Amino acid sequence: MSVHVIATGESFAFTPENEAWAKTQLAKYPSERKASAVMPLLTRAQEQRGGWLTKEAIEYVADYLAMPYIRVLEVASFYTMYNLKPVGRHVIEVCTTTPCWLRGSDEIVKACKKTLGIGLGETTPDGEFTLLEVECAGACVNAPVAVHNGAYYEDLTADSATKIIEALKRGEAPKPGPQIDRQTSAPVGGPTTLKATTGGNA
Amino acid sequence: MPKLTVDGIEVEVPAGATVLQACEAAGAEVPRFCYHERLSIAGNCRMCLVEMEKSPKPVASCAMPAGDGMVIRTNTPAVKKAREGVMEFLLINHPLDCPICDQGGECDLQDQSVAYGAGQSRFLENKRAVEEKYMGPLIKTVMTRCIHCTRCIRFSKEIAGVPELGALGRGEHMEVTTYLEQTLHSEVSGNVIDLCPVGALTSRPYAFTARSWELKKTETIDVMDAVGGNIRVDARGNEVMRILPRVNEAVNEEWISDKTRFVYDGLKRRRLDRPYVRKAGKLTEATWAEAFDAIAKKLKGMAGDKTAAIAGDLQDVESVYALRLLMDSLGSPHRDCRQDGAKLDVTTRAGYLFNSGIAGIDEADACLLIGVNPRHEATSINLRLRARSRRGGFAIANVGPALDLTYKVDELGNDPKLLSAIASGAHPFAEVLKKAAKPMLIVGQGALARADGAGVLAAAREIADKLGLIKDGWNGFNVLHTAAARVGALDVGFVPQKGGRDVAGILDGAKSGAIEAVFLLGADEINSDPLKDAFVVYLGTHGDEGVRHADVILPAAAYTEKPGTYVNTEGRVQRGLKAVFAPGDAREDWTILRALSDALGKTLPFDNLNELRAKLCSEVPHLAVIDEKPAAPWGKFGTAGALEPTPFALAVSDYYRTNPICRASCILATVKDAMSGDKTEATGTHG
Repeated sequence: MSVHVIATGESFAFTPENEAWAKTQLAKYPSERKASAVMPLLTRAQEQRGGWLTKEAIEYVADYLAMPYIRVLEVASFYTMYNLKPVGRHVIEVCTTTPCWLRGSDEIVKACKKTLGIGLGETTPDGEFTLLEVECAGACVNAPVAVHNGAYYEDLTADSATKIIEALKRGEAPKPGPQIDRQTSAPVGGPTTLKATTGGNA
Repeated sequence: MPKLTVDGIEVEVPAGATVLQACEAAGAEVPRFCYHERLSIAGNCRMCLVEMEKSPKPVASCAMPAGDGMVIRTNTPAVKKAREGVMEFLLINHPLDCPICDQGGECDLQDQSVAYGAGQSRFLENKRAVEEKYMGPLIKTVMTRCIHCTRCIRFSKEIAGVPELGALGRGEHMEVTTYLEQTLHSEVSGNVIDLCPVGALTSRPYAFTARSWELKKTETIDVMDAVGGNIRVDARGNEVMRILPRVNEAVNEEWISDKTRFVYDGLKRRRLDRPYVRKAGKLTEATWAEAFDAIAKKLKGMAGDKTAAIAGDLQDVESVYALRLLMDSLGSPHRDCRQDGAKLDVTTRAGYLFNSGIAGIDEADACLLIGVNPRHEATSINLRLRARSRRGGFAIANVGPALDLTYKVDELGNDPKLLSAIASGAHPFAEVLKKAAKPMLIVGQGALARADGAGVLAAAREIADKLGLIKDGWNGFNVLHTAAARVGALDVGFVPQKGGRDVAGILDGAKSGAIEAVFLLGADEINSDPLKDAFVVYLGTHGDEGVRHADVILPAAAYTEKPGTYVNTEGRVQRGLKAVFAPGDAREDWTILRALSDALGKTLPFDNLNELRAKLCSEVPHLAVIDEKPAAPWGKFGTAGALEPTPFALAVSDYYRTNPICRASCILATVKDAMSGDKTEATGTHG
């Protein structure tokens, strides 16, 4: 991976709310170890920047924590959740790690690519959608899953994935969570055990 | 002191030592890439695996602390197999380009793959390829070869103090680079070339010019500053191809500055390679005989005190001594080696030495800098100061221009009056020095080369005396010189004799006509305009400032071209060897002076270098003690004087252009440009 951090020419600074929040993060660590707060601060900077980090944002965070720029860039390039290139308004991250893959993530990826007309790691020409492949999203029990701007869409099929994207394109907000008849990660089709109280333990 | 057994040999190592160090103590060789004695432990290359009893898996010996009763094996089949496995992984992505790699022949990976590499690869996929990174005009990168040992990253962060290198990405996509591919802003960046165990970081100026096995290696001494760094000059035929550091724990450890390392192309440019004599206002080529004739004719009948001599900053002690004898025999008291006009007092040797010693910095616990920038005036000393500062418990304050020394310095301000305040105890830093067990001060040439320089020296001495810098077994009074020749020249008494003139006096005298003939022995750091009307004999290596008004030019040998003695700022006497011959008709300095003395009818009493050295050592006995830090006794020196309020100026204003050799170096000129930020895009027609 060749990392190209993009300089936008826009200066970056935390909003007053984020600034106040950053202070609460710094308070967690001894003052000479404030570099420990680099990850939450980068995350917040990325959110404020609209989903990706610029050279200015990285340098702002580095200055904020009195760290050399390269140290912050190392962190930002190590973790895949920091984006160093522009992303669309909607970032769709499809998990393709083993459990999701066994449950058909290939189909989900195919459906997303087809609906959006872009490949993995690409952004639509209108700058609306970015499609990313990610490692385990941590929701294997509801595999296959995809994440849209932090919201988990679970138990996907090619059909439901397509529908969600179409809805997003129309500006709607499809309901996150399992896309089949299922309550969170409870068994499909309703409870299978502990259906009734036995009374024996009263 | 843990005791452990390595391959059946019992060794005792200091507490905190690693298993790898114990293995070395037991004489077992352990291959390694990421481990380096002077850097922090990374433990990421895994090449140093050894077997440890009671451990189910082999352990990385570099990262495993040695424990009492450990039983280590380094030569079992299991160890060999484990290392072969590591090597196979390292070679998966390493290109097979050794024949076109500059590291070839001196590559750790190449050497160790002979012992642990498989005959052929089992990896059928494509190797990864990594884009080259720009790290400045000195470091050539071929990042595909990188094995991610992170030595360079740790060096820049820990030793150099410029945390600009880092590893971006992760796993197979990890790449070592500088932040946004900028030049590495360090004057010791060249050391990463030595540290790199593979050919990922190599010397850009040296690229494709020679193979390591065809070079003749000569161990000698550096003259770029007064530290006397130990260097190895690698030459092919009669051309210096590169300069590398040698290990000397007491001087430069194993680092050298970029100026020392890359100055070598300055040895080939603007050289004086034949004698010249000025005829009808124009310098014309001449033979040695003609040149000596011209001098003899001019000096014939001239009173001795109408002649004067100035010795330059790069001279060996022998040539300065020979010129001194010549001036003695001419009867001239006018001679000086302090081109910058530093008011050094030669009555006591301790008065112009770095008395604590360079290695003494490691023991010091407080330091006062006076008008000095060690980063530019003595890079190796600055690395020591930084290392000491990193260990903690080292109060360091600066009276002089505010500096970026790569470590935290308490800036007291740039007011010479502060010295009096510290000496009298009125300033809070006086208390710090007083309380310290081994306090030191470093006074720079910038602080001494002013009208009130003698007063500054006396004030520094007063601080040393009053605040306990001088005590049993410790002398914290340090003068930091910038000229390699300075201490040696002071040792042989190349200073104005009774009624003699110093450099400024000689220049004034030449202007007014009181001085009619001036010998410049490699003296290029003066403004030679006042010498316009005097008869000037320039004996030196480069067509620089000194030749501008020269009437006779005698071409001499540079530091790589002659055996010579140099005394560094701490008074350590070191001898350099001759790596190559001087170009053309140029000769070793002392032989020129010997021949000239003959032509003048004042034959110097030696016929070879050994005789010269014998005479020199009988007159100045401490010059016979090689590579030892002298314990110069503290004595009387210095004349107190009023301090001017003018702020201190530094001795080195232009780091890459401090002497005729580096001014002639194209490489250093490009570094200077790159450092100042004008990164020039290389085009197809670039060099």
